[in-house]
Amino acid sequence: MNKARRNPFNIAAMHGALIVYTLIALFPVFVILINSFKTRKAIFREPLSLPDAESFSMIGYQTVMKQGDFFLYFQNSMIVTVASLFFILLFGAMAAFALSEYRFRGNTLMGLYLALGIMIPIRIGTVAILEMMVATGLVNTLWALILVYTAQGLPLAVFILSEFMRQVSDDLKNAGRIDGLSEYTIFFRLVLPLVRPAMATVAVFNMIPIWNDLWFPLILAPAEETKTLTLGSQVFIGQFVTDWNAVLSALSMAILPVMVLYVIFSRQLIRGITSGAVK
Amino acid sequence: MGKSRIRWHIVVFLAPAVLVYTAVMIFPLFNTLRLALYTEVEQSRVFVGLDNFRRLFGDPLWSEAFWNALGNNFWFFFIHMLVQNPIGIALAAILSHPRLRFAAFYRSAIFIPTILSFVIVGFAWKLILSPIWGIAPDMLKAIGLKSLYAPWLGKEEYALTTLALVSVWQFVGIPMMLIYAALLSIPEEILEAAEVEGITGMSAFWKIKLPLILPSIGIISILTFVGNFNAFDLIYAAQGALAGPDFSTDILGTFMYRTFFGFQLQLGDPHMGSAIATSMFGIILTGVCIYLFVIQTRIRRYQF
Repeated sequence: MNKARRNPFNIAAMHGALIVYTLIALFPVFVILINSFKTRKAIFREPLSLPDAESFSMIGYQTVMKQGDFFLYFQNSMIVTVASLFFILLFGAMAAFALSEYRFRGNTLMGLYLALGIMIPIRIGTVAILEMMVATGLVNTLWALILVYTAQGLPLAVFILSEFMRQVSDDLKNAGRIDGLSEYTIFFRLVLPLVRPAMATVAVFNMIPIWNDLWFPLILAPAEETKTLTLGSQVFIGQFVTDWNAVLSALSMAILPVMVLYVIFSRQLIRGITSGAVK
Repeated sequence: MGKSRIRWHIVVFLAPAVLVYTAVMIFPLFNTLRLALYTEVEQSRVFVGLDNFRRLFGDPLWSEAFWNALGNNFWFFFIHMLVQNPIGIALAAILSHPRLRFAAFYRSAIFIPTILSFVIVGFAWKLILSPIWGIAPDMLKAIGLKSLYAPWLGKEEYALTTLALVSVWQFVGIPMMLIYAALLSIPEEILEAAEVEGITGMSAFWKIKLPLILPSIGIISILTFVGNFNAFDLIYAAQGALAGPDFSTDILGTFMYRTFFGFQLQLGDPHMGSAIATSMFGIILTGVCIYLFVIQTRIRRYQF
């Protein structure tokens, strides 16, 4: 057996190192959250102590609720994220099915073409994307963001999903064909349910970068009614720099939805990464 | 299917993805490369060949900012390679220890910063490091190192490194997870065979595990490279579009944003913006090619 496995000192040192790093990882989040519930005086006097009866205050949250349209921002972020994920998964799965199921001329080439976007970031094309969105009148609409995120997510989705679709048994599909099912029915009824775990992985990988993106909302949809939560909190915090209560509360409110998503999906996310979906 | 040669269902399955991808990603990408060859004279677009690049690389008005941003970007990347990836590998090596308890808890907790947006991360650290709030100086004082404190984000000589370390703090979870996955996939027999030979503990890591996870280290290096040369959000959230103090934290992403969108008194210039985007494209493409053709072909892969 490994020496380290027997040596209690080594085990303690490993826990020590992990605890130290965990504290480093969580400390800033913790500081922001506890201070968002304190009075201005307490924020400065004792930044590291928990709020108590005397220092507790919701004044920051009240300012945020009054000034910022956080529910609208939240709704916009929700719409953009959910719609983009829907299109990434639907279009990605359809293309992955075509590439993995049928042999046709140009199949490999098409696969390579779609894979190009895995490594080249879509941001490089921003100037032309903005021109196009202005020309088509999509600028300052949520559709601009949905289209961009769909295009951005498709390459990796096609790549991961076609790996998984190759593993779906041919017998099953051929049995369906003998029963007279159309290719579309085979895809939607037989294949899609079987690759559901892979779809979940793709969804989780795409969800957080879309939700957190600042670049495209800033450039394509900066209007008040299309601001996403990330852009909205950036602008809000920029305006309220000196109001520490409001800034800390806004940060906490921005942390909350991502943390909820993470708690729900962290097992899926970690399983996705560790199962080698991105290798 | 009948006798028709075109199997329409293939077209139907492929079309949506190919159309969206081509129209919103590939076409704009090439269009941006093309726009870099034009300039605007009296509100009409004029072809000027490589003039924009000559200005960008040679005309002091532009080149000073460009080389500054490029140099800063390389430093940003260098810090990530030097700090983020070794810490990620070390954490993964500890986590993959077979008898470690609470591994899942540590793993999830250390990954939390990675899921937060740059806006949250940028502002949270800005507040913590701020001399006004005093958390960082007070903590240093508690361990008797108060003299080490400086307003790091406000000093030209420290600001970029500080932001790079904040970014490392945020993204350490990604190399950790990928390396962790690679370490778990090493078969137990190999490690046992090494133990029989007396190779255990640290030397097992250096001699057995590290060579086996080299392909994953290659992947995290290229992911870091592409991510860093495409970075923008953190600097913008923490320091604003001007990437202060005095452009000391300016990287290609922020430089492109300012050029293309304009700021304060300077008007936006989509053509110079495209020229910067084209340079970024060239740098990223070079990095990816080096990875694909030089590094990936040299790394020995082991099949289990």
